[in-house]
Amino acid sequence: MGLLEAIILSVIAASTPLLLAAAGELVVERSGMLNLGVEGMMIMGAACGFAGAWLTSSTFIGALCGIAAGAALSAVFALFTLGLAVNQVAAGLALTILGIGLSGLVGAGFVGEKISPAPNLYVPILTGLPFIGRILFGQDLLVYFSVGLVAAIWWFLYRTRAGLILRAIGDNHTSAHALGYPVLRIRTLAVLFGGACAGLGGAFLPLAYTPFFIPGMTAGRGWIALALVVFSSWLPGRLVGGAYLFGAVTILQLHAQGLGLGIPSQLMSSLPYIATVVVLVLISRARVTAGSAAPASLGLVFVPDR
Amino acid sequence: MRKFVLTVAVAALAIAATSFAASAADKTKIGFIYLGPVGDFGWTYQHEVGRQAVVKELGDKIETTFLENVSEGPDSERSIEQLARTGHKLIFTTSFGYMDPTLKVAKKYPKINFEHATGFKNAPNMGTYSGRFYEGRFIQGIIAGKTSKSGVLGYIGSFPIPEVISGINATILGAQTANPNIKIKIIWVNTWFDPGKEADAAKALIDQGADVIMQHTDSPAAMQVAAQRGVFAFGQDSDMSKFGPKAQLTAIINNWAPYYVKQVKAEVDGKWKPEETWDGLKEKMVVMAPYTNMPADVKKMAMDAEAAIIGGTLHPFKCPVVDQDGKPVECKAAHLEPGQILSMNFYVKGVDDKFPGK
Repeated sequence: MGLLEAIILSVIAASTPLLLAAAGELVVERSGMLNLGVEGMMIMGAACGFAGAWLTSSTFIGALCGIAAGAALSAVFALFTLGLAVNQVAAGLALTILGIGLSGLVGAGFVGEKISPAPNLYVPILTGLPFIGRILFGQDLLVYFSVGLVAAIWWFLYRTRAGLILRAIGDNHTSAHALGYPVLRIRTLAVLFGGACAGLGGAFLPLAYTPFFIPGMTAGRGWIALALVVFSSWLPGRLVGGAYLFGAVTILQLHAQGLGLGIPSQLMSSLPYIATVVVLVLISRARVTAGSAAPASLGLVFVPDR
Repeated sequence: MRKFVLTVAVAALAIAATSFAASAADKTKIGFIYLGPVGDFGWTYQHEVGRQAVVKELGDKIETTFLENVSEGPDSERSIEQLARTGHKLIFTTSFGYMDPTLKVAKKYPKINFEHATGFKNAPNMGTYSGRFYEGRFIQGIIAGKTSKSGVLGYIGSFPIPEVISGINATILGAQTANPNIKIKIIWVNTWFDPGKEADAAKALIDQGADVIMQHTDSPAAMQVAAQRGVFAFGQDSDMSKFGPKAQLTAIINNWAPYYVKQVKAEVDGKWKPEETWDGLKEKMVVMAPYTNMPADVKKMAMDAEAAIIGGTLHPFKCPVVDQDGKPVECKAAHLEPGQILSMNFYVKGVDDKFPGK
């Protein structure tokens, strides 16, 4: 295996949990909701995903448990922000804290246990091809799923009526409400979808990446996913590029150190965030040409009767 | 934000502990402050093992309280003071970052005794203790030098602080005794704990030709990657053979139990004194896990080196010590003095990497 091939394989693995969680959050934000609890939902997904996989020896059931845990936690967020019209920023931050604490409790009994990692795809002949074989045909299923998910989200947002309604709600919930669309119901569904994706992204870590559970093992990936949504300027296509760029920078800085290139590791680690800031500046400088799709009602509280 | 909540949680725990403790006033109360969760399988876990040993040994005379997930820095002061205020007579604060808060609380409560791990500040009622982990690193170096076929070792660093630097230096010095041309690749991950990143670093090192992996970070992720890729690795803080039964060569185990039992006993007997303890293999504060997955001759070399370090005939930083530019390091005795090791800020000859920040 050549070094370049190895690097690409590592980049794909590092990018996948980010892509999964960010894809869900993108839909949430396009509906006008801002859920800052991605980190909490991810770590809950990691804890419950591992627990499920360990108890049943099935990666698939583990993934389902992760999805369910993320969605369940996001239901708490929906209850407070949509049901009780609580400030979304505060509720999202609280959700992260709740998730970190709760996952420690759920996972306490599983610390020190290990499972076999998710199996990789194997297609006769194709997987054996030099260089592209393992990259294109030798990943675990969640990797393919993450890319398919973003494609499905793009199709939903831009090619279906439901997607159009969701975007309309995100841009102007008052008008959408006046037109008779069920703003709160659609937003609830979007939040639950986001929670499920974050849960799956979190579950990817103990199921495929490092097959064990330790409290706090998401180590801030939820926050990176949030930054990614902004980086992508709320566009699914850019999200894939962004996730792989973030993953690539993480892996390349490790390789740069190993090769002794003498670039400070701290600078390399901060590159994705610098890039995010640059994108934000570009968006606000040229709203039209940069093609940003920032939802106009993002983070605003909506109460139908007021 | 996370820190804040942890502190609140810790305060709640402390209050719970207080109400608990009121029932058994005649027992000496001993407190522990932990950095991580007791189930981290590394640093904090080993301190918890030590506390349990104390309870087993002296359970009829003492009772213990521990607070876990206490963030380092000023926030920890409240947690330490909680223990002081609730009648604890001896308090162990088990991470470097608790140094100044511990000192502050110690000055405020002169009748209570404090023990701070891995620090360098003392008071009449505050002692320090740490392990000479570099001794274990030297033995790992010998094993790695013998084991590596590619002649390249992979080292995952957390932060370039003296303890980590001295570990890297001891490793390469040990490895050079087995293979004078050994190379070491170092990757800094700038965190103590991020399993994903630790795994990525291990993969990067292996992809670049390293076939023995060692780490100064806290999770077993690197061990697991080594096992998957069929190379060798060393456990960190505790025995991690479970995560790589065919990969772990040995592990440095932080064995605090005998020290904790000794100090608590002294406290119960009214003979506690502040000391600057820096114990190693000899005193069994640093213990090597079984030597596994290696041929008999390598195992013998490792055991001989361990015996020689314990016997005092071998010192990892035996003079002359030459830095990476070929300049000899100042030597006043047969080997570097403790102060020089505790403040080490240079690579020895044989490390090709640029020293971080230079």
